[in-house]
Amino acid sequence: MDALLLARVQFAFTISFHIVFPALTIGLASYLAVLEGLWLKSGNAIYRDLFHFWKKVFAVAFGMGVVSGLVMAYQFGTNWAEFSRFAGGVTGPLLTYEVLTAFFLEAGFLGVMLFGMHRVGPGLHFFATIMVALGTLISATWILASNSWMQTPQGHEIIDGRVVPVDWLAIIFNPSFPYRLVHMVFAAFLATALLVVASAAWHLLRGRDDAPVRKMLAMGLGMLLVVAPLQAFVGDLHGLNTLEHQPAKLAAIEGHWENKPGEAVPLILFGLPDMDAEKTRYAVEIPRLGSMLLTHTWDGQFPGLKEFPKEDRPDSLVVFWSFRLMVGLGFLMIVLAVLGAWLHRRNRIYASRAYLQFALAMGPAGLLAILAGWVTTEIGRQPWVIYGVMRTADAVSAHDASQVGFTLALFVLVYTLVFGTGTVYLLRIIGKGPESGEPTPQGGAGQMRQPMRPLSGAPETFDDLEAVTVARSEHHGH
Amino acid sequence: MAIDLPLVWAILILFSVMMYVVMDGFDLGIGILYPFFRDRKDRDVMMNTVAPVWDGNETWLVLGGAGLFVAFPIAYAAILTALYLPLVFMLVGLIFRGVAFEFRFKAPEAKRHYWDKAFTLGSYAATYFQGVTLGAFLQGIPVLDGKFVAGAFTWLTPFPLFVGCGLIAAYALLGATWLVMKTEGRLQERLRALATPLTWILLLVIATISVWTPLAQPAIAQKWFTWPNIAWFSPVPALVLVCGVLLQRKLRDHRSHAMPFLLTLGLVFLGYSGLGISLWPNVVPPSVTLWQAAGPPRSLGFTLVGALLIVPMILGYTAWGYWVFRGKVHHGEGYH
Ligand code: HDD
Ligand code: HEM
Ligand code: HEM
Repeated sequence: MDALLLARVQFAFTISFHIVFPALTIGLASYLAVLEGLWLKSGNAIYRDLFHFWKKVFAVAFGMGVVSGLVMAYQFGTNWAEFSRFAGGVTGPLLTYEVLTAFFLEAGFLGVMLFGMHRVGPGLHFFATIMVALGTLISATWILASNSWMQTPQGHEIIDGRVVPVDWLAIIFNPSFPYRLVHMVFAAFLATALLVVASAAWHLLRGRDDAPVRKMLAMGLGMLLVVAPLQAFVGDLHGLNTLEHQPAKLAAIEGHWENKPGEAVPLILFGLPDMDAEKTRYAVEIPRLGSMLLTHTWDGQFPGLKEFPKEDRPDSLVVFWSFRLMVGLGFLMIVLAVLGAWLHRRNRIYASRAYLQFALAMGPAGLLAILAGWVTTEIGRQPWVIYGVMRTADAVSAHDASQVGFTLALFVLVYTLVFGTGTVYLLRIIGKGPESGEPTPQGGAGQMRQPMRPLSGAPETFDDLEAVTVARSEHHGH
Repeated sequence: MAIDLPLVWAILILFSVMMYVVMDGFDLGIGILYPFFRDRKDRDVMMNTVAPVWDGNETWLVLGGAGLFVAFPIAYAAILTALYLPLVFMLVGLIFRGVAFEFRFKAPEAKRHYWDKAFTLGSYAATYFQGVTLGAFLQGIPVLDGKFVAGAFTWLTPFPLFVGCGLIAAYALLGATWLVMKTEGRLQERLRALATPLTWILLLVIATISVWTPLAQPAIAQKWFTWPNIAWFSPVPALVLVCGVLLQRKLRDHRSHAMPFLLTLGLVFLGYSGLGISLWPNVVPPSVTLWQAAGPPRSLGFTLVGALLIVPMILGYTAWGYWVFRGKVHHGEGYH
C-alpha cells in the first residue's frame, strides 16, 4: 500500500472510532434533558432513576469522545499537511470554533450536570443539563459545517494557491450543510434510542420487568416511531441535494452507468458495480423507480457514471453497498418502531420474546448505519477532498509508507485496548440497569467524582458490576 | 484597523502552550515520580492531589494546536509533518495516561497494577516526546516554499533526545514541588529530599541547552550575542540562578510549602521565555517568520473574536476549579 492509501485508512479508522462516541453523547444529552424535565414536572421518581442511570453511560461516552477527539485535532497537520496549507483558512476557524465551544460547554456545565445535583437547586441543574445538550449540538454544527464545505464548497476565493474566505455565512451555510446537519443529528438520536430500547429488551429478556425498564422501552420506541420515518424523508432530500451538487457521487451510489435515449432509469436493488468493465453486474432492477425517486417524474434521467472522466469517478462498489446497508438498516428501524407500537398498544410487547430479541439485535444498528452513511459520503466524494477544488492525492503529507503504516498499526493497537476496555465498561453499566433511589453522586474536594473528569461520573468498578451480574443470574437460576 | 493579527495570535498560542506546560507539567510529573513511591497509600494521596484538575489541562494543548491551524496554516502543516512520529507517540502517551487514570480506580483489584503501569509509562512517553518535539522544533525544520523537505527521522538527533530527558527532569521537579505543597508529614519530607537533586539536574539541563543551542545554531548565536539583544538576555541566566538557589533554600525550610512550586514555575517560565526570545520572530525556525506563515486575515480576525470572548471564560472556570479544591490532601481522604 502506498502512503496515500495508508493515510486514508488511518483517517477513516480514527474518525470512525471518534464518531461513535459523540453520536451517543449528542443523543444521550438530549435524552437526559428530557428525562430531567419530565421528572421536575411530574415528580415521578422513575424519571429521576433513569436520569441517573443514563447519566453514567453518558459520562463514559463523553470521556471516550474527548480522548479520541484529541487525536483528530492533530491529524489534519500530521497526515494532511497539503490540505491544511491550502484550506486552513476555512477549515481552521471552523474547527477552532468547535474546540472553543466544546470547551465552553465542558467548562461551564458538565461538572454541574454530573456532580452538582446537591450543590445547586433543581432549576439550575436542569438548566445545566440543557446547556450540555445544546453544547453537543453546537459542536456538531461546526464540524458538519466544515465537512459540508468540503463537500459543496462556496464563499471562498483561491488566491496565491490558497483558499481565502470571502463570505463566512456562505461558507457555513453551504448547500449541503442543512441536510447533513439534520440527517446527522437524527442519526445520533436514532442510535441512542436503539441503544435504550435494546437495553430495555435485554433486561426484559432476563426477567427484569419493572416500571423503569418499561418506561425506557416506551420512550425509546416513541422516539424511533417519530424519527425513523423522518430520517428516511430527510435522507431522500439529502440524496436530491447530492444529485444537484455531486452528481458523480449519486451515480456511484445508484450503480448507474449510462442513460438510454428517452428511457426511464430503473432502481438497482442489488448488484456488483464493476469499475473496470463500466457496468453493474447481476443487477436486480425495479423499472422506472430510479427516475421516480430522483427526478420525481415518470421517465426523467440523471447523469450516469460514464458521463464523468474515469479519473473523476468514486468507487461505486463501496458506496453502492454502504448506502444500501444504511438504507436497509433505516427501514428495519421503521419496522421495529411500527411493530413495537402495535405490540405495545395490544400490551403484548413485554412478553413477546421474539420481538425483544429483534430489538436487542438492533441495538448497534444506529451506529452501524452512521458508519455506513459516512463511508458513503466520504468515499463518494473521492477523488476530491474538497469537491472540485482539491484532489485527495494532492492533500496528503509527504511521508513514506512505512512511517504511516507504523503509526496506523500503533493506533489500531492502542484504540483496541483503550476503547475496547471503555466499551466493555459501558456495556457492563448498561447491563446493571437502573436502580431506584440511587444515591446521587456528589462531587467536590476530596471526593472521587470531579467536575473536570467526565469518566469519574460512572463510579462503578468492574468488581461491582461483576458482582451484580453474577448475583442476578444466580437469582434467576432458582 | 491596524491590529497585527499574526502577532496577537502568536501571543495567544504561546499563552496556551505556557498554560498547558504549567498545568499539565505537574501532573505528568506525578506520573514520573510514581515508581519511586511503592506504598499504596502514598500513591493514592499523590493521585488525589491532581484528581480534581488534570482533565481540564489537556484542553490547552488542543487549543494551541487549533490556534496554530487557524493562524499559521503553513507552520501547522510543516511542523506537524516534520514532527510526525514524536507527536504521535506523545498523543498515544496522553491517551494512556488519561484513561489509565480512570480505569485504575475501576479495574478489578488483580488488574489494577496494569493500569498503574500504563499511567506511569504514558506519563513518561508523553513528557519525553513533548521534549523531543520541542528540541526538534528549536533545532529547526527545513522548509522550501513553505513545505517540509526532509525525511521521517530528521528529528532523531542528539539535541532533541537530550531535550526530551531534560523535560522529564523539569516535569518531575514540578510534580515534586506541587506535592510538597499539597501533602504533609513523612511523604512531604521524602518529596523535599527528592526535589533537591532534581533542582540540580534541571539547572544543569538548562545550562547545557543554553550552551548547546548557540553552538549548534549560528543564527541563534548571532541573535544572542549582538547588541542590544545581549542586554535583553543577560538577566535571564542571572534570574535562573537566583531562582535555583532560592528553591534549594525553600526546600529545606519546613515552614515553606507553596514557595518551591512557585519558584519551579518561575524556572520553567524563564526557560520558556528564553526559547521565545531565541526564536523570535520565526514560527518555523530557522527561516519562516510569523507574517510569512500567517493565514488569510479574514480567517484570523473571524476566529479571534470568538477566542477573545471564550478564553477568559475558560480562565475563569479554571481558577474557580483550583479554588474549590485548594488545601492539603491527607491519607485516607477521598476515593472511597
Ligand atoms: C442512523 C443512521 C442513519 C439512517 C437510518 C439513515 N442515514 Fe443516511 N446518513 C447517515 C445516517 C443515517 C449519516 C451517517 O449521518 C450520513 C453521513 C453523512 C451525513 O450527512 O449523514 C448519511 C448520509 C446519507 C447520504 C449521503 C449524502 C452525501 O454524502 O451527499 C444519503 C443520500 C442518505 N444518507 C440517505 C439516506 C436515506 C434515503 C435513508 C433511508 C432510510 C437514510 N439515509 C438512513
Ligand atoms: C465531520 C468532519 C469531517 C471532516 C472534516 C472529514 C475530512 C476528511 C478528510 C480530510 C479525509 C481524507 C481524504 C480522503 O481520503 O477522503 C477524509 C476521509 C475519510 N473520512 Fe472524513 N471527515 C469528516 C467526518 C467523517 C466522519 C464522521 C466519518 C465517519 C466514519 C468519516 C469517514 C471518512 C472515511 C471513511 C474517509 C476515507 C475515504 C477514502 O479513503 O476514500 N469522515 N475525511
Ligand atoms: C461529524 C463529525 C463529528 C462530530 C459530530 C463531532 C462531535 C463532537 C462532540 C459532540 C464532541 C464533544 C465530546 C463528546 O461529546 O464526546 C467532540 C469532541 C472532539 N472532537 Fe469531534 N466531532 C466530529 C468530528 C471531528 C473531527 C473531524 C475532528 C477533527 C478535528 C474532531 C475533533 C474533536 C476534538 C478535538 C474533541 C475533543 C474536544 C474536547 O476536549 O472537548 N471531531 N466531537
